[in-house]
Amino acid sequence: MGRYVARRLLQMIPVFIGATLLIFLMVNVMGDPIAGLCGDRQCDPATAAQLRKEFGLDKPVVQQYLTYMGNVFTGDFGTAFNGQPVTELMSSAFPVTIRLTIVAILFEIVIGITLGVVTGLRRGRPIDTSVLLITLVVISVPTFVTGLLLQLLLGVEWGWIKPSVSTDATFDELIVPGLVLASVSLAYVTRLTRTSIAENKTSDYVRTAIAKGLPRRRVITKHLLRNSLIPVVTFIGTDIGALMGGAIVTERIFNIHGVGYQLYQGILRQNTQTVVGFVTVLVLVFLVANLLVDLLYAVLDPRIRYA
Amino acid sequence: MRGATHAKWVACAAAAALAATACGGDSGGGSDSGAVLSSSWGDPQNPLEPANTNEVQGGKVLDMIFRGLKRYDPETGEASDMLAEKIETSDSQNFTITIKDGWTFSNGEKVTAKSFVDAWNYGASLKNNQKNAYFFGYIEGYDKTHPEDGSKQSADTLSGLKVVDDRTFTVKLSQKFSTFPDTLGYPAYAPLPQAFFDDHAAWLSKPVGNGPYTIDSYTKGSQMSLRAWDAYPGADKAQNGGVDLKVYTDNNTAYTDLMAGNLDLVDDVPASQLKNVKADLGDRYLNTPAGIIQTLAFPFYDKNWNKPGMEKVRTGLSRAIDRDQITNTIFQKTRTPATDWTSPVLGEDGGFKEGPCGDACEYDAAEAKKLIEEGGGLPGGQVKITYNADTGSHKQWVDAVCNSINNALGNDRACVGNPVGTFADFRSQITDLKMSGPFRAGWQMDYPLIQNFLQPLYYTNASSNDGKWSNKDFDKLVDQANAETDTTKAVGLFQDAEEVVRDNMAAIPLWYQNGSAGFSERLSDVKLNPFSVPVYNEIKVS
Repeated sequence: MGRYVARRLLQMIPVFIGATLLIFLMVNVMGDPIAGLCGDRQCDPATAAQLRKEFGLDKPVVQQYLTYMGNVFTGDFGTAFNGQPVTELMSSAFPVTIRLTIVAILFEIVIGITLGVVTGLRRGRPIDTSVLLITLVVISVPTFVTGLLLQLLLGVEWGWIKPSVSTDATFDELIVPGLVLASVSLAYVTRLTRTSIAENKTSDYVRTAIAKGLPRRRVITKHLLRNSLIPVVTFIGTDIGALMGGAIVTERIFNIHGVGYQLYQGILRQNTQTVVGFVTVLVLVFLVANLLVDLLYAVLDPRIRYA
Repeated sequence: MRGATHAKWVACAAAAALAATACGGDSGGGSDSGAVLSSSWGDPQNPLEPANTNEVQGGKVLDMIFRGLKRYDPETGEASDMLAEKIETSDSQNFTITIKDGWTFSNGEKVTAKSFVDAWNYGASLKNNQKNAYFFGYIEGYDKTHPEDGSKQSADTLSGLKVVDDRTFTVKLSQKFSTFPDTLGYPAYAPLPQAFFDDHAAWLSKPVGNGPYTIDSYTKGSQMSLRAWDAYPGADKAQNGGVDLKVYTDNNTAYTDLMAGNLDLVDDVPASQLKNVKADLGDRYLNTPAGIIQTLAFPFYDKNWNKPGMEKVRTGLSRAIDRDQITNTIFQKTRTPATDWTSPVLGEDGGFKEGPCGDACEYDAAEAKKLIEEGGGLPGGQVKITYNADTGSHKQWVDAVCNSINNALGNDRACVGNPVGTFADFRSQITDLKMSGPFRAGWQMDYPLIQNFLQPLYYTNASSNDGKWSNKDFDKLVDQANAETDTTKAVGLFQDAEEVVRDNMAAIPLWYQNGSAGFSERLSDVKLNPFSVPVYNEIKVS
């Protein structure tokens, strides 16, 4: 187990370097960020040159990347164009997005798995068909449509929620945005659980458990669910990273000042430091979440061993 | 002290919420001078320093917390004295400025002649990276504090600025500039307190100025709370208790919040809502002209666009654009077809005239086709209009303009749009002189003077002459206008210069842009100034 974790951690290093280098190059290809700093007029050349020097943009990209990575290891993610250190932006943005992600993941787990179990056990019945239909609709409608629709109905027409989330972004304010963010994944979790349950329902160990006379509840939770959850856990695990990075649309609709908002601003203003910094952290989150998922397998299925 | 005022404010707001009673005493008509309104805001792109702020969002705050020597009338745009008691000159080059007595910054420091001189020196110095440094370019010694080639600066202060006494200082310009005093209302010329220089970082996190509002709290990227400053010495005291500026990434969300009663004021109605805004808000929707003009600029550094006869092609293109139709259908009348190269907000006195563009700005397909043929046809048989696709709804109107040109010329391939991914990339292509055809250009005025619409854009090698147009007659007229001490005569000369722009069709004027705003039922006396920024201090909250 220890060796497995160590090996996985070592594997992260090239992935990490590759990902950051790619992002660095991509942002750089977009052109000279200083050119956009002065609005619809040209920055005066002397000031532009000075700014370029201050942000290290006058050096070759490779050198910029090396300096940047060197700084990152000392915890310095650089400065955004508005003079704020990127770490300051992170410390305000990540807690908000983490809260949003938690709400979304909770929705996925609670609603998604419950619906999946219910439909998986009642395959072909009306409830199964209707849930399948609903999930199909949810998957096919883009998030921004669901988001804007809910915002309009709940926020403006019925006045149940505030259409935008305040600066504090507390958990209760994040329920609706969390649901919107979770919606598509939630539908997948339902379908994944349903298939898995339906498949395992007729397997030998379940028949054995029933034959032993175990109560139905125990058969479902201890035997059936535990085995059926492996693909679902994989999905939810990888989804953590996807939700955090993919919250741009949801955060924009509900004016949540999280990671998606900062990334959007960073891309729009071509702020290399912000974009690379945030993506770097997101890559780390992704990698760690994947590692945790792999380690969780052993808990669910003792046959899986790590060497 | 601060705690006390804050508590009073909370109590007032609570009382207002409970019984809608007036708070603060001297208010009339049921308005509440203690109540705070909330307004939409965008995250300022640059640190909030007067000489470093060049976009509307940061400018909005500066307008609330600073007052300069002059102030532009929110309605007419006319420059009138604010802190300046008098500005005297005999030769349009040497100015003696006397400031009024009794003004202080909100931290108690007195506003003196030194506050101005220090601030201007700071703004002009290259080492401070101020993006509006060029505003001090007319002052003598600028080339020493801000060498154009980026080499080491040989002076930290402008030799043209001298403090005479506490209330007087002199300015020596490097050339004659008759309308210089009228430019002094621009925020870059604001005075700065000593606190700015003593602890710069602390000042940036909570700027201190001398305007009707003070900053109560500022969370970068999300909200700024401004409160009325009780001891403000000016005549334009805040008519409300304060303003909470809330950052929105998307103006659609801000509009939704306004509809839900969660926000009092949006100063940018999203294009997608223009169709229903009248029905939604009625009288609470403002759509008033602002000092912004949109044009199509040309790359005069490209031989194809600069050969003899091309002025006919450019005029032909102008005549092929159906401005009326585009402003009606795409912009829902939030743009007005342009008839000159300035803006109606200047007014007659400021140099605006209806229609100097004349026929050249009127749609006439047959005439357009004839002119383009006479001029030798489109270079390469096609024009590409370059624009940035990331912000604004530029794609829509560029496509519409191309459509109009194609229809007029009876050729599907005559005009195509050429989108560029980001604004920064668009700007760097312009700076690197890479444009091969007309490109989108917009100009938001710095100050309401005809000079500001012409000189920076069309004077040889001027700061915003992106197309690198150059014309001796135009330059000569501008020089004469700047040397003219009589303002009316100066304006007349600028109008003559505008005619040179027309005869050469240096840029195609498209339309004047309006400022738009929507507000809640709690507010009254909401206005937009010529810069399309709400006049916050005049808003009354009930």
